[in-house]
Amino acid sequence: MTATANAIAAENGAAANSAAGRRDLGLKKRYAAERRFRLLGAAAIAIGLFFLAALLFSVVSKGYTAFWQTSMALDVTFDEAVIDPSAKRDQDANVLLMANYPNLARDALVRALGIDDPGKPVLRDVGGMISNGVRTQLRDRVLADPSIIGTTQTIWVLANAEIDSAYKGQIDLSVDESRRKVNDRQVAWMKDLSGRGILQQRFNTGLFTFGASSRPETAGMGVAILGSLYMMMIVLALALPIGVAASIYLEEFAPKNRLTDIIEVNINNLAAVPSIVFGLLGLALFINFAGLPRSASLVGGLVLALMTLPTVIIATRAALKAVPPSIRSAALGIGASKMQMVFHHVLPLAMPGILTGTIIGLAQALGETAPLLLIGMVAFVANYPATPLDPATALPVQIYMWANEAERAFVERTSGAIIILLVFLAIMNITAILLRRRFERRW
Amino acid sequence: MLPRKSTAAAVAATLALSVSAGAALARDQIQIAGSSTVLPYAKIVAENFGETYTQFKTPIVESGGSSAGLKEFCKGVGEDTIDIANASRAIREKEVAACAEAGVAEIQEIRIGYDGIVFATDINGPDFALTPVDVYKALAAKVVVDGALVDNPYRKWNEVNPDFPDWDIAAYIPGEKHGTREVFEEKLLAVGCKETGDLEARAAAGMDEKAAEKDCIAVRKDGSAVDIDGDYTETLARIDANRTGMGVFGLAFYENNADKLKVATVGGITPSTASIASGEYPVSRPLYFYVKKAHLGVIPGLKEYVEFFTSDAMVGPDSPLAEYGLVAAPDEEREAVRKGFMDGNTM
Repeated sequence: MTATANAIAAENGAAANSAAGRRDLGLKKRYAAERRFRLLGAAAIAIGLFFLAALLFSVVSKGYTAFWQTSMALDVTFDEAVIDPSAKRDQDANVLLMANYPNLARDALVRALGIDDPGKPVLRDVGGMISNGVRTQLRDRVLADPSIIGTTQTIWVLANAEIDSAYKGQIDLSVDESRRKVNDRQVAWMKDLSGRGILQQRFNTGLFTFGASSRPETAGMGVAILGSLYMMMIVLALALPIGVAASIYLEEFAPKNRLTDIIEVNINNLAAVPSIVFGLLGLALFINFAGLPRSASLVGGLVLALMTLPTVIIATRAALKAVPPSIRSAALGIGASKMQMVFHHVLPLAMPGILTGTIIGLAQALGETAPLLLIGMVAFVANYPATPLDPATALPVQIYMWANEAERAFVERTSGAIIILLVFLAIMNITAILLRRRFERRW
Repeated sequence: MLPRKSTAAAVAATLALSVSAGAALARDQIQIAGSSTVLPYAKIVAENFGETYTQFKTPIVESGGSSAGLKEFCKGVGEDTIDIANASRAIREKEVAACAEAGVAEIQEIRIGYDGIVFATDINGPDFALTPVDVYKALAAKVVVDGALVDNPYRKWNEVNPDFPDWDIAAYIPGEKHGTREVFEEKLLAVGCKETGDLEARAAAGMDEKAAEKDCIAVRKDGSAVDIDGDYTETLARIDANRTGMGVFGLAFYENNADKLKVATVGGITPSTASIASGEYPVSRPLYFYVKKAHLGVIPGLKEYVEFFTSDAMVGPDSPLAEYGLVAAPDEEREAVRKGFMDGNTM
């Protein structure tokens, strides 16, 4: 009895042992594989983060200076002898338009520097420190209020871009002065003015408000921001309703047959078509055929809407699919029509997903330049567009245009513009995440 | 219910937009497209024009290249076509024919001045005194060595000419879509090929004249010469990365970056606005823009813009364009251009 019991126990023990052996089989190996995979995953994320950090560092380190601009506080005397030497401004409106305003600023700077009896070369160097944009700045001032003629006003005047670059240390001042655009005399004046607080760096509001300009100091993103805004509104107004309508029909009403399969394949294909193709389509369809104006943000918006449509449709269909069938059955079960079921129950539940998809599509459209090249939006546009039919540019286009400029001061502006674009993109993507968090429902 | 309403509103808004599009077609703004070399000059003029003539809007200047601009220009006459094409080369006969076919029969050519093409190295590099022969020997695809036409064997600058440093040949030259490339081929490679006698050697080897000339200007593709399809900023970035590289730039770009670059002489002449204007510096080319005569007097400000552009205040020796780097044409030539425009001369 005991012998048998012992034998059974021994057998059991052996069985248990072999079972444990089987269970432990390769356990170490499997743990090791899991650790390796985790490490690989972490490394992948680290590589991604490294490149992101490198990109952000290179952009921000080059671009942050663009948000400050060197200006000078000058006591400008609106001398009647300069503006209107023959006292004809009452008869001829052109007198105030054509007056030699840069000389007013130049004389003010000569006084600020305390130079007596400057010769012509000195005057030219002094004038070279002031932005040529001063002509319109002072002219607008006088046109707005002609009574300031004869008075002296303290006005912040933009410094010339070369002075700005030199002040920010972006021009190598150790090389011979013939090799740079600011000479030693101007550098000495700059240091003197800076020491007395007349010349300082101020926040660069012009970067957000000015239109395009050939002078770096008066070049801004204003037209580009407005153009992008118009285009995003058009994309939203077109791509969202059309995309949602198309996907509701395909997902809820359309019969599943070969035709709808083909349509589905085509939509997925369109989402991957290079954006330049949409530009060609836009040129042929909207400009050459429909006769819409070149360079207009309306055409840009239409082209980008076409480009965004597949993204919106794919996101919307995924969001509709994610609504559980029980909701549909319950709605139909209490007597709702199919349309009531869709619009009262399914669509509201799918809304967060649809909006997320749409915002991501918009963000993608915001960063597009290639299709805009063909419809004439990669252009120098100085005037603000009053309507979407007026010529405009877009944010990424402005970055591209500035990147090709020769002047040193455009280097920081290019990076500054990239920072602005990144901030816009970040805001849009954060909105997408917040919307999803706020309205998402889990089953 | 809400989504349906907003859909209807959006559709209505779109309809309203497309209806008003028809009414807004009367254009009050000049439209210009073309060469990226002329672009900076056109921008300066456009901006000053907008500031001086406050009754007109600032013209729109698109870039995209001479050929693309002229193609757009030759699409036809009317408010939905551009008014001016900028070009860094003269219009070709084929293009004039294409223009005429589309109804653009009367084209006025305006020559605005000259642009120099310079070679430059990093500012700490040695002085380079190039000749067309050196450029040809360093960069041509095939050269004649000991009477035989062979693939370019030179790897270092001092193999081309013992005066040069012991640097690997690394030249960043404008890509084939650039107008600059044509000048580079014509004024340096073709000239160098002729001067070395390689052209004759090619002809002697049985090539017909055209094929020999074409073979002369073929650039080596073994990595020593790199085509830059982007702009001069890209060339500058390449030189920043490779301190022993040599780049081809426009004079204006070089002058704006003279604290980073050292310019090479060609044929013993240092490029400058003066040496280009006098014709001493060999590698230069005229810049143009083309105006549709049919649009003059129809598009507001177009005539004034051309007059403003050709005035001495813009293209003279002491003008904003000259300051940027344009080489002003001689006095008589500027006068002739103005007169030609006033008389309405067409091509």
